Amino acid sequence: MSKTAAALSAPGPKLIGYFPAGFPTLAESVEAAVTMCEAGVDVLEFGVPYSDPVMDGLVIQKATEEALANGFKLRQLFDAVKQVTSRVSKPVLVMTYWNPVLQYGIERFAQDLSDSGAAGLITPDLIPDEAAEWLRVSDELKLDRVFLVAPTSTDERAAVASRLSRGFVYAVSTMGITGAREDLDTLARGVVAKVRKADPEQQVAVGIGISTSEQASEVNEYSDGAIVGSVFVRAYSQGGKDALASKVRELVAGLNK
Amino acid sequence: MSESLRAQTGPYFGEFGGRFVPESLIAALDELEATYKAAKVDPTFRAELAELHKNYTGRPSIITEAKRFSEYAGGARILLKREDLNHTGSHKINNVLGQALLAKRMGKKRIIAETGAGQHGVASATAAALFGLDCVVYMGEVDTERQALNVARMRLLGAEVIPVTTGSRTLKDAINEALRDWVTNVDSTHYLLGTVAGPHPFPEMVRDFHSVIGNEAREQMIRDFGGLPTAVAACVGGGSNAIGIFHAFLDDEDVRLIGYEAAGDGMDTDRHAATLNFGKPGVLHGARSYILQDEDGQTVESHSISAGLDYPGVGPEHSWLKDLGRAEYFGISDAEAMYALKLLSQTEGIIPAIETAHALAGALKLGKELGADSTVLINLSGRGDKDMETAAKYFGLIGSK
Ligand SMILES: Cc1ncc(COP(=O)(O)O)c(C=O)c1O
Repeated sequence: MSKTAAALSAPGPKLIGYFPAGFPTLAESVEAAVTMCEAGVDVLEFGVPYSDPVMDGLVIQKATEEALANGFKLRQLFDAVKQVTSRVSKPVLVMTYWNPVLQYGIERFAQDLSDSGAAGLITPDLIPDEAAEWLRVSDELKLDRVFLVAPTSTDERAAVASRLSRGFVYAVSTMGITGAREDLDTLARGVVAKVRKADPEQQVAVGIGISTSEQASEVNEYSDGAIVGSVFVRAYSQGGKDALASKVRELVAGLNK
Repeated sequence: MSESLRAQTGPYFGEFGGRFVPESLIAALDELEATYKAAKVDPTFRAELAELHKNYTGRPSIITEAKRFSEYAGGARILLKREDLNHTGSHKINNVLGQALLAKRMGKKRIIAETGAGQHGVASATAAALFGLDCVVYMGEVDTERQALNVARMRLLGAEVIPVTTGSRTLKDAINEALRDWVTNVDSTHYLLGTVAGPHPFPEMVRDFHSVIGNEAREQMIRDFGGLPTAVAACVGGGSNAIGIFHAFLDDEDVRLIGYEAAGDGMDTDRHAATLNFGKPGVLHGARSYILQDEDGQTVESHSISAGLDYPGVGPEHSWLKDLGRAEYFGISDAEAMYALKLLSQTEGIIPAIETAHALAGALKLGKELGADSTVLINLSGRGDKDMETAAKYFGLIGSK
């Protein structure tokens, strides 16, 4: 079983935390990622800054723009991941839009990712239909690959994504882009149910729009974990590493109440 | 080339095309594809669109021979397919009316669009007014400034124009913002994409809606101008007006097809938008195609005096035609385009859009290369009214002298 799937299937509610690599600088992003793991996230999602992040809301857009302006380069990603994985034992997944992987070379990217100790990739703009080479390469290297299932996905598409995902399936909670939302759509329950129906053994975590510990707890009642990003990035922007750590602890405490 | 290039459909044009988008959009793309497939063969839909072409847009568009301009193009016969005479002033309306009819069929009450030069935004706002739809247009902040007249036109037509302030604040970022809106509002909203880029079915569908340009022109050439032209030329931003006029000629092996990209400050500088000349294959805005990008796959900002050509991507069918060698693509600098804009204005009394002026500048070179016996058919994709401010500044036309 993948290390990520094992972490998510252990008893108790789970929190998956997102942070952009290179934000605000490479070294600070490593510290932030380690801080999040130490403060209690179960899985870390390390984001690759990209010039055209169509799935992201303003908070993450601004952060990744800043990372690029501060000189983030793709080759530094693997070193950053290695630094994180050498200091903490939590599974680290890289979240990336597809073009950076294509330009780096899918095989080379996967090899360097594997060497860095990362568990695998979350690919928000790569659907299984277009993923033939990635499926092959990730099988060879036993890397996790997380595909998304949306409220609008048909049962068939949800089944394919469930079958082909490893680590977990990313259930998109709502129609929209990343960013905090006040009320989490009940759509999320439907998405998780589709995945469960297709593959009862598969892990499924819910993301997009989760901002409070109440939402994170609620999501954990029917899924294997809550994915939180914008809120952590905002906390860091406002109060640095300390604010980030207390935000993580606040959500974790809420989960375990 | 034995098999028909014209028969090629999506999702893939060779290794290009496809769907590189978030899963959330797949259902909407499937719905659009199914609606389009059904409409394409539905006599009612075809009749509705033909009626709009005829009595709203004013099709067929005429072909004008540019005799005085031709003296500057090595004496080659220069023929202009007058898409500038369409209602709203450019080719963009052809695609917009088709997609607006599809939006109605899908029961979507709101359309969103991206725009660079503002011509696609104006056409979309126009169709929204005609069909009683809500319309939101995303436009890079840089473009809202250089095409201010079109912003006013869209607002007068009842559309909401949202300036996009992220990234390079041009067409690329307007598309990002439109995609974000679409992901959020996909139930109620149709994304009326304005060029032959984007995920399947857009490249194929938008091409089909613009193929009326080449279909008419090919017939007009044979009927009124002595046969097929030596070459067909058009400017290339995303590539819609170019594919629209190329498509009918794809299987006419002897007809050269030439696209002109924006070379901005020049092909020897890094400030250009010549994607097919300097880009590499990658994925952007939902399709695999040539892209201006760095070694990390980050999109590189493009530069052009023309808002409509200022785009670091291009439609996948063009990437395919380039690799096949069926079409050729060259760069035209800002200065060359502005010279051609003035020249056409003063030799023919036709003020072209700055986008279109790139094709005209190309024709000046091409005519000299092909010689006086040749015929060059140019897609005059739009009129220059929207560009008066840029042109006035460029040529110093406002003031007492
Ligand atoms: C008149 C005109 N021509 C050409 C273009 C470029 O687009 P495309 O390459 O899709 O034809 C535009 C875009 O705004 C335009 O307004």
